[in-house]
Amino acid sequence: MTTPPPNRPYQNVHRFAVFTAACTFLLLIAGALVTSNDAGLSVPDWPLSYGSLTPPMVGGIFYEHGHRMIASFVGLLSIALAVWLWRVESRRPASERPPVKGSLRWLGVAALGAIVAQGLLGGLTVLFFLPPSVSSAHATLAQLFFATVASIALLTSAWWEREPVSWFRDPRSPSIHALALAAVAAVFLQLILGAAFRHKAFGIIPHLAGAVVVTGLIFWLAGALRRRFPAVPELRFAARALHILIGLQLLLGAAAWWSRLYAASFPQPIAVTVALTVAHVVLGALVLVSTVLVTLVCYRLVRPAGAIVGSPAPRPSTAD
Amino acid sequence: MSKSRTLRPGSSSGALWYFAAAITLAVAMMSCGGKGQPSETAAPANPAAKPVDAATAGTVTGSIKLDGTAPKPRNINMAAEPNCATQHSTPAQTEDVVPGDGGTLQNVVVYLKGDFSQYSFPPMSTPVTIDQKGCQYHPHVLALETGEPLSVVNSDQTTHNIHPVPKDNREWNESQPPGASPIMQSFARPEVSIPVKCNVHPWMKAYIAVFNNPYFQVTGKDGAFTIKNVPPGTYTVTAWHEVYGSSEQMVTIGPSESKSVTITFKAISAASD
Repeated sequence: MTTPPPNRPYQNVHRFAVFTAACTFLLLIAGALVTSNDAGLSVPDWPLSYGSLTPPMVGGIFYEHGHRMIASFVGLLSIALAVWLWRVESRRPASERPPVKGSLRWLGVAALGAIVAQGLLGGLTVLFFLPPSVSSAHATLAQLFFATVASIALLTSAWWEREPVSWFRDPRSPSIHALALAAVAAVFLQLILGAAFRHKAFGIIPHLAGAVVVTGLIFWLAGALRRRFPAVPELRFAARALHILIGLQLLLGAAAWWSRLYAASFPQPIAVTVALTVAHVVLGALVLVSTVLVTLVCYRLVRPAGAIVGSPAPRPSTAD
Repeated sequence: MSKSRTLRPGSSSGALWYFAAAITLAVAMMSCGGKGQPSETAAPANPAAKPVDAATAGTVTGSIKLDGTAPKPRNINMAAEPNCATQHSTPAQTEDVVPGDGGTLQNVVVYLKGDFSQYSFPPMSTPVTIDQKGCQYHPHVLALETGEPLSVVNSDQTTHNIHPVPKDNREWNESQPPGASPIMQSFARPEVSIPVKCNVHPWMKAYIAVFNNPYFQVTGKDGAFTIKNVPPGTYTVTAWHEVYGSSEQMVTIGPSESKSVTITFKAISAASD
């Protein structure tokens, strides 16, 4: 589908972005463990923990301080990623940059800004005893940061740098771009509702309603990808991945809710509830990242009907 | 793209410095709050108030009963905290419903509701103590007056954080390492009851009831209560339990009169089973 570029100036920064994204995924797990173990206020002070960088790692402190340590590491990675992207882009004339690359440096800066804001929100939520709005914002921004870093990883990849052999036309309405963007927006709103439920700002009903909307949109998007572009391996893979992720997420959500009800009268969080809830949270993040990446891939490969495109020449999609 | 290329490192460094300075300032300001805050002061008493006349004061006595079988307590898993686990020869258990002797119920806050604004009460200066021992609070339920000192003690060889979650009082959250001196706090406003938790050990729970008069007691092993020095009048005897909620009875106390009240909670399976 694409031709290899003559050289790979983004190769190393791409690897670094993938590493940062992987560490961010671990950070999301660590953050979800804090909430699931009801350990959010086990360390009353911030930015230090019990006035030190090495508090006793007992009980909830293990989760809270562990989360802070991983977050600090990801913060350092974000600084390095932003500086690296800036330097790589500054060395290349605009004419040599693949699509979107001109803005990549600013995406790095945005990721850095997000992780700094995320740290401050984390501090606020500790110092003000977990206000639902701040805690929900902290949980939501984490997902946005993850999506940003994952996008940087895609946009610096060899696949993205290659010129597509052909564009695919999308004559149907709504366009695949619109569907993908709608899915991203719906998933993001659903993550906000989920975070708000988890941090006791709302009840479960809005999150359940959001699940219905998100499931419908993702099935619509995945179905459209499969039907409209059956010969495009990337989009076929995306359709399959979205189906699997949303199916798993629904199962995990139901299981997490069941275990929460089952353990409601227990004196402490039980392992099953913690595992299911954490899995549901991080899979939610993966669903957001997937829809964002699928949207980027759609913009890379598909042109709406009637769009004026240069080389390579547009080509009708192979179905519909 | 051309716009971004016109930005030079020199021109953006100033903005970056401002950004870093703003972050540092925000962190410094946030670091100043949240820990070790002083207690609030209780509202001043009515200047026209007078002490209760001991010659005419009466007494309300009684007991709190539990109708039915109490739910079985749940074992607490303290494997994550060996320091505490070893203090219990048998697994520690939840204390949300603790039956007393003869069908009574422990850990019930019994208090009088009424108009006591015309009376003054001597300030309580002896601290009420809550101890963290074996990763459980002792006592599990306590009551004190507004402004009365609360002493939080850590008898464990592990770190705790003490975190009351009030609705009407100031929330605070303080850490207490092993061997640390007691934390002294107080509450400014009446509130029944304030949940207290340790986020390091999520099974640790206690309740603190706060009153602006001395007419309260927490039931012990015999499920009984005695509220003395009550001025003549009509009051609502209220019993509050963390699982069963509140139950009330009216009582009228004549001069030097003593009345007995029995309040019964139904043992619904609300706690655990």
